Amino acid sequence: MTVTELVPYEEALAAFDPVMGLEVHVELGTKTKMFCGCATTPGAEPNSQTCPTCLGLPGSLPVVNEIGVESAIRIGLALRCEIAEWCRFARKNYFYPDMPKNFQTSQYDEPIAYDGHLDVQLEDGEVFRVGIERAHMEEDTGKSTHIGGAAGRIHGASHSLIDYNRAGIPLIEIVTKPIVGAGARAPEVARAYVAELRELIRSLGVSEARMELGQLRCDVNLSLRPHGRETFGTRSETKNVNSLRSVERAVRFEIQRHAGVLSDGGTVVQETRHFHEENGTTTSGRVKEEAEDYRYFPEPDLVPLAPAREWVEKLRAELPELPLARRNRLREEWGISAHEMQSALNAGAVDLIVATVEAGADAAAARKWWLGELARRANERGVELAGLPIAPAQVARVAALVAEGSLNDKLARQVIDGVLEGEGEPDEVVEKRGLRIVSDEGALGAAVDEAIAANQAVADKVRGGKVAAAGALVGAVMKATRGQADAARARELILERLGVSGG
Amino acid sequence: MADVKDPAGLTRLTAAELAARIADGTTSAVEVTEAHLARIEAVDEKVHAFLHVDREGALAQARAVDAKRAAGERLGPLAGVPLAMKDIFATEGVPTTVGSKILDGWLPPYDATVTRRLKEAGLVLLGKTNMDEFAMGSSTENSAFGPTGNPWDLTRVPGGSGGGSAASLASFQAALAIGTDTGGSIRQPAALTGTVGVKPTYGGVSRYGMVAFSSSLDQGGPCARTVLDAALLHEVMAGHDPLDSTSVDAPVPPVVEAARNGSVAGLRVGVVREFGGEGFQAGVTQRFAEAVELLRELGAEIVELSCPSFDKALAAYYLIAPSECSSNLARFDAMRYGLRVGDDGTRSAEEVTSLTREAGFGPEVKRRIMLGTYALSSGYYDAYYGSAQKARTMVARDFAAAFGQVDVVVSPTTPTTAFAIGERVDDPMAMYLADLCTIPVNLAGNAALSLPCGLAPEDGLPVGLQVIAPAMADDRLYRVGAAVEAAFQARWGHPILEEAPVL
Repeated sequence: MTVTELVPYEEALAAFDPVMGLEVHVELGTKTKMFCGCATTPGAEPNSQTCPTCLGLPGSLPVVNEIGVESAIRIGLALRCEIAEWCRFARKNYFYPDMPKNFQTSQYDEPIAYDGHLDVQLEDGEVFRVGIERAHMEEDTGKSTHIGGAAGRIHGASHSLIDYNRAGIPLIEIVTKPIVGAGARAPEVARAYVAELRELIRSLGVSEARMELGQLRCDVNLSLRPHGRETFGTRSETKNVNSLRSVERAVRFEIQRHAGVLSDGGTVVQETRHFHEENGTTTSGRVKEEAEDYRYFPEPDLVPLAPAREWVEKLRAELPELPLARRNRLREEWGISAHEMQSALNAGAVDLIVATVEAGADAAAARKWWLGELARRANERGVELAGLPIAPAQVARVAALVAEGSLNDKLARQVIDGVLEGEGEPDEVVEKRGLRIVSDEGALGAAVDEAIAANQAVADKVRGGKVAAAGALVGAVMKATRGQADAARARELILERLGVSGG
Repeated sequence: MADVKDPAGLTRLTAAELAARIADGTTSAVEVTEAHLARIEAVDEKVHAFLHVDREGALAQARAVDAKRAAGERLGPLAGVPLAMKDIFATEGVPTTVGSKILDGWLPPYDATVTRRLKEAGLVLLGKTNMDEFAMGSSTENSAFGPTGNPWDLTRVPGGSGGGSAASLASFQAALAIGTDTGGSIRQPAALTGTVGVKPTYGGVSRYGMVAFSSSLDQGGPCARTVLDAALLHEVMAGHDPLDSTSVDAPVPPVVEAARNGSVAGLRVGVVREFGGEGFQAGVTQRFAEAVELLRELGAEIVELSCPSFDKALAAYYLIAPSECSSNLARFDAMRYGLRVGDDGTRSAEEVTSLTREAGFGPEVKRRIMLGTYALSSGYYDAYYGSAQKARTMVARDFAAAFGQVDVVVSPTTPTTAFAIGERVDDPMAMYLADLCTIPVNLAGNAALSLPCGLAPEDGLPVGLQVIAPAMADDRLYRVGAAVEAAFQARWGHPILEEAPVL
């Protein structure tokens, strides 16, 4: 294996113009599979959600899931695509043990949606338009688990286990047109595109599009060409880049790697590459010496689809407000900058904030919790924000407890801790952990008296008019009450006891 | 004709007669079933029509019919009638081999829709019949389990692929049988054994649970000794099935009523020039000409037609059917069911798949998989699969034009009478020509029937008359078939099978 010298990013961009193509697979959240009535419940016992059709038993036949088609059309409409008046499914033939029929029912030259675009907003507010080549329907394969090899790879494995629960789950594959003109911002555009697409899918309610669960998977195709040249260079296809950060890193790495190959006078090999989360690199997978021949032909077990125009128009009329427009509206309502909104989007927090506001919190508090403490927790756990075991309503409740003075921020963080640890609703956590602020006059008064008695010198300064010195006494009260005191009330009591009017 | 094992002559009765006697209590379903099981026991060693006899299952179904009658429940028009099932339909818990070693040991966990409908109608499933492997063949010699003999002459073939079903009827081992017809596999065996076979309109009978050979051509249908019996069975097995997307959502044409009211008076009957001439046996041509004359005598108007595209039908068929089969048969990979060869712990899944397919498929199946794989490959698709689809469209147009002028078209079912076992095994082209007259019907999706029209003078073997109707006009087949059958029997003085030798 030859190791290619990476060219520094700026140098690579100085010499070459990157061209990207992004292929995103979205797993639809339909109740049943694409071509049979099997359930799609995640986490079920392996091979418990299967039937003759999704196991490819002899004699079985597919029947199209109408919700799958409807979802595909809605995605196509949201991406401003044309919706085919007539289209067919096609068989993509290749052998692999996790594909029960040894062909994938997909679409080939007649996709249900084609020729659209998606506007994506970059960090600085610049809007970049990404062309959409097509969106088509297909089915997922089963899931292979390789046993006995290193790092779960098939190489060196003694055997493999296959779970066909995933086989037949509906997928929509969305393919961009070649993305040109992004220049040095290519990695950022790629990331923003996938993020925007994810938002769009979620807003349509057709999938939760959680990348960490494989509900949204991205393949990154990249090539470089010298500045000024029209024709594209040879591309690499980096498969299964499954987080926003990874998309950005994969593009950046491939730009540097391609530049290294080309600067050395070498030629880029058209191949599949694997992305490595741990160090952000890619390595060669299967070399496509000759283009794989999938022998596509129209699926004879299904009849052509001809979505009625009235139906398509009805679906178009019913589309929800699209995410970019919605974010612009929310940005104004929340009174924040484009950059702040972008941060919320990047953190996957927009919907969570909206839901928290809907549950009664004010926007600033909702943003503060999701983008601060909770973002930190998600990061620690290595999950997306939405993957944290806390609901917007619970965050809203925490914010309400803070607003009414029952919690301070420090206690609120402990309540969140408790909710994340599965100790129940915020109020239960407050109860069980005894986190309510001590504002009961008796207990607080005693703590204040003790603090004054123990700090006579400070007390004298305050009596003498140095009101600012009262902070030390408040600190002593907080320490004595292990942070549970209502600090503002404690300060009032201290000043009262010392005969000073509050400042 | 007396039979020591069947003193009451139950095996010689028609299905309609048997059902009537069971319904009125003259005999019981169990007695009828036992008589047929005894007949199988007595003659099938010589004929080899069955691959599997389900004695216990058959008797249990018969007892259930008798119990229903005893309880005063209404019985369906074929309740208690013993039936032989082509071994291509999934039968829960009963071996289903498709005449291939590749499905060795597979017990389907589900019933085909046809199987279910037969059971619900109270038919007694005696067992599964021999066939060319995966229905690929015209002689049943391609079965992995050895050939079936033609009851008229056991050294000759019974036709194929459904030779087992046809032979079981001609040897009185079953009163009814089920076949499938992709290019003639119901009609050609019917012709060669002096029985009746119908290929319904494509989409008329559910394909769910019928192991696929060529999805766009395969069609299950009834086999019987009389036109009325075929109609009664047709009505039971046909009708819309939501599990088969290509199933026609329309009422079953009134086939039984048509079979009970045979008439050709005033009917316009087309004779297609391309279905005759070189390659047709003299006796076949003679009997066909007599049948046309008979139709004229019965009041039909005979119209000569030309369908020039029919010359391309055979070639188109041998591209389309293998193409679809190359994909349909990909699922036999040793992973989930059936044969597994070479799994010794050292070989990869890919090697095991390869060894299994090499050992499990016979030469004709391999030939067609290779043909189809080639025809679908990139660079050849347009020239082969694409051109074949164009020819298919032309065949359909020729039929449409013909049916603009006539109500039905007639032809010899097959160019020759039954040939000797082994005669054509090394000459695939000679074998393929057996389906010359039947294949255009499959390409167009029309309905067609074959019934006996006499014995060829030179060899004393049955000749079949094919009647072809437009799609969803299956009732015309029965109206014409019943009239011709009645007229011939009046002329002969008995059903043609009376002339078959005693086994």
